[in-house]
Amino acid sequence: MPRALRSFLGLLLGAARDLAPIVGVILFFQLVVVQAPLPRPGPILAGLVLVVLGLALFIQGLEMGLFPLGESMARAFARRGSLVWLLLFSFALGFGTTIAEPALIAVADEAAKAAGEAQAIANTPEARETYALGLRYTVALSVGLAIVLGVFRILKGWPVQVFIIGGYLIVVCLTFFAPPEVVGVAYDSGGVTTSTITVPLVTALGVGLASSLGGRNPLIDGFGLIAFASLTPMIFVMVYGMMI
Amino acid sequence: METFVRIMDTLWSTVLDVAPILLVLILFQVFVLRQTIPNLKRMVLGFVYVVIGLDLFLVGLDLALFPLGRLMAAQLTDPAFLGATPGPGGEPMVVWTDYLWVYVFAAAVGFATTVAEPALIAVAIKVEEVSGGAIRAWGLRAAVALGVSIGVALGTLRIVIGAPLPWFIVAGYVVVIGQTFFAPKAIIPLAYDSGGVTTSTVTVPLVTALGLGLASSIPGRSPLIDGFGLIALASLFPMITVMGYAQVGDYVRRRAARLRRAEEASVSEDGGKPPKE
Repeated sequence: MPRALRSFLGLLLGAARDLAPIVGVILFFQLVVVQAPLPRPGPILAGLVLVVLGLALFIQGLEMGLFPLGESMARAFARRGSLVWLLLFSFALGFGTTIAEPALIAVADEAAKAAGEAQAIANTPEARETYALGLRYTVALSVGLAIVLGVFRILKGWPVQVFIIGGYLIVVCLTFFAPPEVVGVAYDSGGVTTSTITVPLVTALGVGLASSLGGRNPLIDGFGLIAFASLTPMIFVMVYGMMI
Repeated sequence: METFVRIMDTLWSTVLDVAPILLVLILFQVFVLRQTIPNLKRMVLGFVYVVIGLDLFLVGLDLALFPLGRLMAAQLTDPAFLGATPGPGGEPMVVWTDYLWVYVFAAAVGFATTVAEPALIAVAIKVEEVSGGAIRAWGLRAAVALGVSIGVALGTLRIVIGAPLPWFIVAGYVVVIGQTFFAPKAIIPLAYDSGGVTTSTVTVPLVTALGLGLASSIPGRSPLIDGFGLIALASLFPMITVMGYAQVGDYVRRRAARLRRAEEASVSEDGGKPPKE
């Protein structure tokens, strides 16, 4: 137990070091640039303790739970050798993690407001809600398909840049045809889909798959799933904006 | 007491957020894979740690950093604070050099929030492990943070001068595509991934607050159209800096090897003898 305790203390120290820059930036701007005193130092201090503790726990849990789980499932699928189930799992993972993502819900609501004001849809609460929900399903569908495509690429060992550069070219072309109010939302939706719990799980899945297939370099073949998942939403959201 | 209630509230929403993932994992584990998981207890405990850790992290950020950061974004973008140049009609005019502190703040916040981003820490740990230590976790995180920093600063500059977002995005993609042909092959998938990883829990709320504050304080900018796009730039530039990081490392190694060869060659020319062991 003392060893576990000591390693957790190490994690706490690491977390404190990770947070030092942001605390420093905020203190500097508050005291030196804006020249205002710190409001309510009590809650701020309590909050910092919670942040450090939370980050240390998260990283501890990552090594104990998320990484081994992702890798053991990847190995199990590779052993079974059933392509259909693996791809179904990939789709479910991508779709399931995105549909409930809070950041996406926020962006979809903002986008519906923008579309309502631009008169692209009727500016009523019902129309906005339908639009936002449609947008969320569109993005979740695109992330599901992205993970399927990315996993298929790992199995085949195809180079990732062919897909990503091709995808970017599609994004650039679509930018000229999509309604302007949807372009900014589309670009941002690529960044918000990949949450803090999805990223470690998907990374472990990719690396686990690449290392249990023979003749693959986990560094070249295992990464890239997140890139797919942040590219396809841009394409799908612009197409969605063009269809509405 | 109030803090405790918030922790419980946030815990509930974190659990709801994780529920679909958990459902997918359990369904496939029980009905498709049908295998026993080694160290099941440890894994479940790890999952619990992740959820509680994320919960405390979010509540702590909300208590300590976000209110101050948002307030600061609002104060810094206030034309009165910036001493904006008054125009002919007494209206404050937008002169891009007046907003210097905004760009500095954007760059600093972009860098600092990225260093604290849990998803990036996770990927960096995995990368160091998979590459056998060839790519250092800290080097990767610093490269990504530099990219976000450039992206956010450029994004605020774009809002101030009012240039269209697609110009920046398309130009960035051209650079990314060009670098892809020259960067070491092993870094490419990772560089592409780092674009999507950077922008989550810590970065998005602060950067969005900055964008919205800026867009609503500058006349003629719409928060709904111009407020978006900071995240997009913040996920574009890390690809450039991560590939650049690998390219610089590669160049330094090659140069060192070339110098060593040149030295050996000159030694053997001078004495006509083989170089000393």
